[in-house]
Amino acid sequence: MSLTNEHIKNRLVEKFGDVMTNFEESFGMMSFHAPKEINLKVMQFLYDESDLQFRFLSDLTAVHYPDNKGVELAVVYHLHNFVDNVRVRFKVFTDINTPQVFTATQIFSSANWMERETYDFYGVDFVGHPNLIRILNVDEMDYFPMRKEFPLEDQSRTDKDDEMFGRGGSTGI
Amino acid sequence: MSEQQHIKLPDGSIEKQTSTLNLGPTHPATHGVFQNIMEMDGERIVSATPTVGYIHRAFEKIAERRPYYQITPLTDRLNYCSAPINNMGWHLTVEKLLGIQTPKRVDYLRVIIMELARITDHLICNSVIGVDSGAFTGFLYVMQYRELVYEIYEEVCGSRLTTNIGRVGGFERNFTPAAFQKIEKFLAEYPAVLKEFENLFTRNRIFMERTQKVGGITAERAMNYGFTGPNLRATGVDYDVRIANPYCSYEDFDFSIPVGTTGDTYDRFLVRNAEQWESLSIIRQAMDKLKSLPADVYHADVPAYYLPDKSDVYTKMEALIYHFKIIMGETDILPGELYNPVEGANGELGFYLISDGGRSPYRLHFRRPCFIYYQAYPEMVQGAMLSDAIICMSSLNLIAGELDA
Repeated sequence: MSLTNEHIKNRLVEKFGDVMTNFEESFGMMSFHAPKEINLKVMQFLYDESDLQFRFLSDLTAVHYPDNKGVELAVVYHLHNFVDNVRVRFKVFTDINTPQVFTATQIFSSANWMERETYDFYGVDFVGHPNLIRILNVDEMDYFPMRKEFPLEDQSRTDKDDEMFGRGGSTGI
Repeated sequence: MSEQQHIKLPDGSIEKQTSTLNLGPTHPATHGVFQNIMEMDGERIVSATPTVGYIHRAFEKIAERRPYYQITPLTDRLNYCSAPINNMGWHLTVEKLLGIQTPKRVDYLRVIIMELARITDHLICNSVIGVDSGAFTGFLYVMQYRELVYEIYEEVCGSRLTTNIGRVGGFERNFTPAAFQKIEKFLAEYPAVLKEFENLFTRNRIFMERTQKVGGITAERAMNYGFTGPNLRATGVDYDVRIANPYCSYEDFDFSIPVGTTGDTYDRFLVRNAEQWESLSIIRQAMDKLKSLPADVYHADVPAYYLPDKSDVYTKMEALIYHFKIIMGETDILPGELYNPVEGANGELGFYLISDGGRSPYRLHFRRPCFIYYQAYPEMVQGAMLSDAIICMSSLNLIAGELDA
């Protein structure tokens, strides 16, 4: 009955080979990286197999790592198996200049708005999404505000130079 | 119901067979800033297009520039009907990242506050279903007990709605005797009020007619749409984070998960009422457990993360150093990545936190339950009457602050 992280890992490696990388377990949850081309296949595999049954998409979001050239954006999926009560996290990385990732809306209806939110803030272009438009920000916005190149005011400033408020130059994270 | 009669439009007419209705953004029946553009065929809804984001405040972005303790006030502005659960969820996430073990008494005090918050959230939601179906009385009955719970918060942390309650590691001060007296008063008086509230509604013919088979959803669709909390349990799925991934010593308590069968508005109403009884029982158990624990423990012994007592700051060097480091956001935070869910009043509230060891999170994402399940709304009201759509919306327990982050 109980599904172990080791078993999930073995099943994934057995199915997809060594393209699945960075298996690690932190705070009881297993996470791994997958190539962005097969994100749907991985999700469908985890969904369909009778011993895995990850049929609930808890969360979908993105993270920006500006220093990882070529793989700046990570799309993060949290899946949940209700039967064995196991959660798993997997990430797909993409170049910020070609942020095309396949949409999960065919598998999970809940991915619809979560992907719109991710697009809204990070500019991840979900290929095949039925209605990929901004959701929380105004439609006229022409940038993706959660990216790290838009710093907020630096609270550890030493003076009140505009540079420290994120207005001039390119300071901050 | 007779077949809808259409006017015959001449060929080439640009008129539509349907009419467009803007419900919101500031419609009194939407209880928050939502807009729904509805295509109506007479009184029936052909399609609904929700627009959200009117009160978006960029909390996730702001959180990337704030020290950890300054993020707590952001969380209580998400679901402001049950702000303490959000606060506690954030504290628990940070404590998990830092590996802080809280004493049992802190856990039980937190459970009391969280369950009080769950009751206030559910009583508001359920009584508002009544208001939207024309029964105002129940709302007035339960409202004074929400007031009493707010007085309890006030005793504990000094504020009422956006509570900012507790700290990483525990509470900012011990519960006063008055706080315990008020909790006892609530436990003594509220069951009779809830019973009366149920008597008014549960078997009320008009209320049943208005809510049964309205806004229903199957368990399969609900899971696919990411439903959690009472809305998912009303469809018959017994998923509750308090049981699935116990946090804050919920494993010490004996309670059951009420579930519904059809997933319609009436079942959601019943599940919430049943959960209030469970919450009352949990608070009772917690109050009993507290009696056997030392009464002066209200925070974990983690001087590096828990703000020291003000009198110590003025007299002890250690306390002054820690006070300075915490306030300036110079405490050491471990790098790490975690997803920590808690059972919010309207579903699974998740905190996805990435720390790179800096003074503020590298990334913080809130899994906001009502943002995720609100997208099922067009499917739930398609073909329904306009008045059903209003009731369906209030029964989903949508909180605009949480929806828009």
